[in-house]
Amino acid sequence: MIPAAFEYVRAGSAEEAISLIAQHGDEAKFLAGGHSLVPLMKLRLAQPSVLIDIGRVSDLSYVTDAGDHIAIGALTRHRDVETSPIVLEHAPLLAHATSHVGDPQVRHRGTIGGSLAHADPASDLPATTLALGATYVAQGPNGTREIPAGSFYEGYLTSVLSPDEMLTEIRVPKMNGAGWSFQKFNRRAQDWAIVGVAAWRNGSEAAVALVNMASVPVLATSVGSAIASGASIEDAAAQAAAEADPQADLNASVEYRQHLARVLTRRALEEASA
Amino acid sequence: MEISITVNGQSVSADVEPRTLLVQFIRDNAGLTGTNIGCDTSSCGACSIHLDGEAVKSCTILAAQADGGSVTTIEGMAAADGTLHPMQQAFMDNHGLQCGYCTPGMVMAATSLLNENPSATEEEIRIGLEGNLCRCTGYHNIVQAVLSCTKS
Repeated sequence: MIPAAFEYVRAGSAEEAISLIAQHGDEAKFLAGGHSLVPLMKLRLAQPSVLIDIGRVSDLSYVTDAGDHIAIGALTRHRDVETSPIVLEHAPLLAHATSHVGDPQVRHRGTIGGSLAHADPASDLPATTLALGATYVAQGPNGTREIPAGSFYEGYLTSVLSPDEMLTEIRVPKMNGAGWSFQKFNRRAQDWAIVGVAAWRNGSEAAVALVNMASVPVLATSVGSAIASGASIEDAAAQAAAEADPQADLNASVEYRQHLARVLTRRALEEASA
Repeated sequence: MEISITVNGQSVSADVEPRTLLVQFIRDNAGLTGTNIGCDTSSCGACSIHLDGEAVKSCTILAAQADGGSVTTIEGMAAADGTLHPMQQAFMDNHGLQCGYCTPGMVMAATSLLNENPSATEEEIRIGLEGNLCRCTGYHNIVQAVLSCTKS
């Protein structure tokens, strides 16, 4: 399968990329690792007329310790996130969840910023960064703005990014030794999660976010509140689907997804509390 | 657009459409057909090659993205005198192939895996090869072949 024809331009910096996209309008798309966009283009579900390749903007590939949080350049490849000593030490949940994205070949090319900007509720990193209370930094023609993960996602494959903005950095609060767990339920290797759960717990503080339980990643706030008010893991996990709005598909009915969310949340909280 | 990619140590230049996939460039422009196209949706791994030393799926990368890069395909694995790469020999010794269609991708993925984790365990090999499908379902011998190449 071959994508529809397009014009290809290469950006050397974030500034150049933003000026190129302003010049080409909303028929243009940024190309990072290409592991979400290129498959869609091959299926002709996406037919941008211009691709702006930002894959060589090397100054957006980094992981740094920024005091109370870690800063990850948007073009950092999954493989570099999952093996980064800084991520492993301060955000082990993110390193682990990243190791579940696609397969090794995909993780050699795909980027954290590309995965988040694609805004697929079935992918692992939107929910994981939501559970961790991450902030995304976007750059546009009028400068940069910080967007909390909780207000970034608008709907299926849709975010608050405007067409002339690009993600430049992901800021993840340090986990400070909190227990954590990532549960991904799928039937075949490398599939998207039918339901996934990213969770952490530090005493009476806990956060749980759900993969593929709505058109956006879902923060299961009822679970966090239940843990904060002293509920048992079992009782808290029973609330897991309260904020979710799952869809039925060939893999699972709505009821089955709700059931999975509760079971996986219980397992996640047990592991995070151990 | 004019692009140039080093394939198995030889520079290959061509004037291609931007939508040309890396696997097409390898097969049609470099003339190396050992790299197979399987699912064409980045699931099966038959098109796995090394780009700048790491296994990638060449059906999901534009040739333009690899412009200036260095590619190794299955044809670049054996020594100049024809001596097989140890991983190729291990697949032969362990009967790690049946129909052979997945084999080039398996060998490329497996060598990349062991470059990153030379003493991988059987479980790590099974997980590490999850991006490569063998429809003969000959996974057992494939895993044994890769295991025989680890530093234990």
